[in-house]
Amino acid sequence: MAVSDGTTTHRERSEYRKREESVTLSSEPVGVEETHELMTLNIGPHHPATHGVLRLLATLEGEVVRDVQPIIGYVHTGIEKTAEDKAYWKVIPVVERMDYLSYYFNAMAFCGAVETLLGLDVPLRAQYLRVIHLELNRISSHLFWLATSAVDLGAVSVFWYALREREKILDLFEMSSGQRMHTRYIQVGGVMEDIPRGFAPKLREFLKIMPPRADQYADLLEKNQILLERLRGTGVVDQETLLELGVTGPLLRAAGNPWDLRKAAPYSSYDQFEFKIPVGTVGDNYDRFRVRMAEIYESVKILDQALEGLPEGPFITPDRKVALPPRHELATSMEALIHHFKLVTEGFRVPPGEAYYPIEGPRGELGCFVRSDGSAKPARVHMRDSSFSNLQAFAPMVTGGYIADLIATVAMLDPILGGVDR
Amino acid sequence: MPDATGLELTAQELQEAIPSSILGTEFHRGRTALVAEPGKVHDVLERLRAKGYSFLASLHGVDYYPDEPRLGVLYELLDFKSVDRISVKARVSTDDPKIASVVDIWAGANFPEREVYDMFGVVFEGHPDLRRILMPEDYEGFPQRRDFPVGGEPVLFTFNEENSYGKWQ
Repeated sequence: MAVSDGTTTHRERSEYRKREESVTLSSEPVGVEETHELMTLNIGPHHPATHGVLRLLATLEGEVVRDVQPIIGYVHTGIEKTAEDKAYWKVIPVVERMDYLSYYFNAMAFCGAVETLLGLDVPLRAQYLRVIHLELNRISSHLFWLATSAVDLGAVSVFWYALREREKILDLFEMSSGQRMHTRYIQVGGVMEDIPRGFAPKLREFLKIMPPRADQYADLLEKNQILLERLRGTGVVDQETLLELGVTGPLLRAAGNPWDLRKAAPYSSYDQFEFKIPVGTVGDNYDRFRVRMAEIYESVKILDQALEGLPEGPFITPDRKVALPPRHELATSMEALIHHFKLVTEGFRVPPGEAYYPIEGPRGELGCFVRSDGSAKPARVHMRDSSFSNLQAFAPMVTGGYIADLIATVAMLDPILGGVDR
Repeated sequence: MPDATGLELTAQELQEAIPSSILGTEFHRGRTALVAEPGKVHDVLERLRAKGYSFLASLHGVDYYPDEPRLGVLYELLDFKSVDRISVKARVSTDDPKIASVVDIWAGANFPEREVYDMFGVVFEGHPDLRRILMPEDYEGFPQRRDFPVGGEPVLFTFNEENSYGKWQ
């Protein structure tokens, strides 16, 4: 360690600083007097309040945040590169691990893009089953957000209550697919399996229990003066700025813009369900909190309708070139055996082309771009992950506020770093 | 999505406003894409934004190896009013991968452009802060290019930091 000799500072000489050239400590000058001293505070990457491996470099003037830079890339695992080396149907489990709280959405975006390239129609029952699982996933994702955010705001008991309900959803996922997380349930052309016997009653039971439970959480939190004061009027950003920065989802809706792809550009039969889009008014942290809470109730409504109106029919496309034949056919049909062999060894080939398939994820527009060169492996897979874009709005949200509000804003921003870094 | 005719009309309109800006159109499975001259893509996007495609939904990089020019930058635009999507594609070669940054049109292009630079090495001229975003600062090469090998990446620990990140060969 070098000692400052007046010309070079201690910081410039440090080996650690040299390795970290990407981190600039520059910030806007805020004043000239001696009291306007700036301090740089490093938060994360390993910090419970950053909701993952997010590093924030905050420039503080006293307790006021003057500048903040999110530094990401700590959980970059090269999933998009890995996907280029796998057959289309083997890509699904990989992309599911991007945004690890909304695995059904990642799989849906990818499968939707591939189906577009194939020109494949998905049976109605499969579309309904997808909706059921997507909306369950949305609730579970929002519950996890509620649980962790409540901890950040000092309400530890809500964490256990919200995770209790999330467990029920994971149990349902386990029933339909055998896995609790990263289920690989959504396939190109439909879903993996029909829902088993006993799934519908269990789901009905959950749907009956979820709205009153959500009421309870709202009561626990919204009648808490400390929580209200921490959320109300903090992190306000207007919708024009949010749109400039590419922000979608609950954050945009909290600012009063009712943009929801489920309504605006319905996919997977979302046009057949009746639901409302909760919007906020001010665009502060409280609105973000309220919008997500209200979305839980709307998802329950969609689930109710999807379960009651679940049509009969196949759960995956009958196109044997894309979907595996049923197991029992393999014993009797040579053709089925050939199809099975081809699909398992090479996979299916997709005609050359490009597709961008956007869906409404729990955090905003989740789009999957797939380019096919005609082979059985995608030539490029890219996820437009909503957390990645939403994170750009973080600096405008917290600049000028207090450091304590910064923590509350991270919680209400709900970034999933697996999705940010991919 | 505009239909094939609508796409041609848009292309023609842009061609007239900005001479030799549109190199072609692609219409495939309902997806509409304008292939723009990389030097004029900034003006094209500015004009499309004025036309109503006000939201930059996504920006991706693509490597078209072995086709030339190899690298592509794709802009997915969205019109909120008519719920219409159009994509603009600009292709640049690996020898001189330069394209004008659109951060001045959409501030939200900041992170995505950094990602494309990081993964493909496309230099966005006029970007306020063009640095690697996902890979480490001292990383060598552009990993999403098709000729970049898939292989073991040594994990950086204190004991092997001297010979890590591309220096291990």
